Amino acid sequence: MTILVIAEHDNASVKGATLNTVTAALACGGDVHILIAGANAAAAAAAAAQIAGVSKVLHADAPGFEHGLAENVAAQVLAVASGYSHLVFPATASGKNIAPRVAAKLDVAQISDVTKVLSADTFERPIYAGNAIATVQSLDATKVLTVRTTGFDPAAATGGSATVEVLAAAADAGKSTFVGSEIAKNDRPELTAAKIIVSGGRALGSAEKFNEVMIPLADKLGAALGASRAAVDAGYAPNDWQVGQTGKIVAPQLYIAAGISGAIQHLAGMKDSKVIVAINKDGEAPIFSVADYGLEADLFVAVPELVAAL
Amino acid sequence: MKVLVAVKRVVDYNVKVRVKSDNTGVDIANVKMSMNPFDEIAVEEAVRLKEKGVVTEIIAVSCGVTQCQETLRTAMAIGADRAILVETSEELQPLAVAKLLKALVDKEQPGLVILGKQAIDDDCNQTGQMLAALADLPQATFASKIEVVDGKASVTREVDGGLETIAVSLPAVVTTDLRLNEPRYVTLPNIMKAKKKQLDVFKPEDLGVDVSPRIKTLKVSEPPKRSAGIKVPDVATLVAKLKTEAKVI
Repeated sequence: MTILVIAEHDNASVKGATLNTVTAALACGGDVHILIAGANAAAAAAAAAQIAGVSKVLHADAPGFEHGLAENVAAQVLAVASGYSHLVFPATASGKNIAPRVAAKLDVAQISDVTKVLSADTFERPIYAGNAIATVQSLDATKVLTVRTTGFDPAAATGGSATVEVLAAAADAGKSTFVGSEIAKNDRPELTAAKIIVSGGRALGSAEKFNEVMIPLADKLGAALGASRAAVDAGYAPNDWQVGQTGKIVAPQLYIAAGISGAIQHLAGMKDSKVIVAINKDGEAPIFSVADYGLEADLFVAVPELVAAL
Repeated sequence: MKVLVAVKRVVDYNVKVRVKSDNTGVDIANVKMSMNPFDEIAVEEAVRLKEKGVVTEIIAVSCGVTQCQETLRTAMAIGADRAILVETSEELQPLAVAKLLKALVDKEQPGLVILGKQAIDDDCNQTGQMLAALADLPQATFASKIEVVDGKASVTREVDGGLETIAVSLPAVVTTDLRLNEPRYVTLPNIMKAKKKQLDVFKPEDLGVDVSPRIKTLKVSEPPKRSAGIKVPDVATLVAKLKTEAKVI
């Protein structure tokens, strides 16, 4: 049994989500290989070869892979898929984009957001915004999975010594082209990898207040900034800060929710955090039902006080 | 250009579901059902494209039990021109739905297919991508902006870290993200008009599709409960607790 992990990378290095995915792949049992499909991505392939537990790196290089277009990357995965029992993707925007395309071409079902590997064909995954956990068994010969990265520890990024095999690149499908991107500038820890997250909600009232109140706290704790959907929709915070069912799923050591009521869609994104702190002036807010420490107070007073006390 | 919009009937997003005591699934008897929120956004986008003159006809499609007709009527009240129900009482998984939609794409030849990015019940986020693969069409997932120009769609996508824009040749499959638009409310006169619109019913067999499940659900259980927390009176106590008790800062 050999398992292929489809790496998420930026052509120069391997992204953190790949390391958690390798751990999940190792839990399935068997040899683990990694595919790097990129443009001038030799550095990423070399980095992948260092990951502990990986025995082989497949490296396919072509301009069409530069931005990870689904049609092109899926074609490359399909070109090597026949040798593998499992094709494992991180459940990131990129993994979710490509994995179902691969599964459908192979005429197999795909299992999304795996949080636990019970055996080579049986997995746990959350459904209904995390309000239920389904144990599912794949009846297909090839298992195509996406892995919820917060469900698995990252594999060590060094210590491995995999061989790198260069593949012939699959042809460009020619159906889609990359036009441009607007990546939010962020010098803080990445939201999904941060140990501490401070998250703000609608109660902050404006983008200015959001920055004025939340940034000092994040700076003090070396934390990543998150937001509820209400805060994002109101324009207080950028889209990619959104924590929840339809945003990022996070599980930091400490999650501080300020002015967030705690709708089920938000809780789905953060309730696996180790310690949750809620600051809200509404004592009845649902967030208090999951918070380890709740402070019923006006966040405009409490958060600056907290910054001062740290 | 014709647009096909796929809509799913799901447990209303405000309902807190309960796991059945025999762990066979969640209890959805007597629970309020609605159109999946991402699908509402998909229908709205199709209607806006029609209002801009880009689209000539909107076909809403749903797969599932007879009651999905209500969901299709809602789509027609928002502005879809006609509807197709693929009726079955079988449990439909994304691959099966994608195959049913592929058969309808072959039949109707739409220029664009719009789906929600995920359904809020199974949280799969697969059907659009699978349909694109089966129909051999380009895909633009998690769309927050769609512009159709010269036989191409320019789609801004929500990705980790920000936004990216891609151009796909038409026909194409697009899946909607939350920020694409704000769906309109349906008005009573439009609900009445929707009752008169055409709704065709097929069976999976009519479309030659095998919908048998490929994934077996062995068990559905409650997520582990968090132990009850405490309320602290002031910031000083909070900091002390975080430092000495939780040891996270």
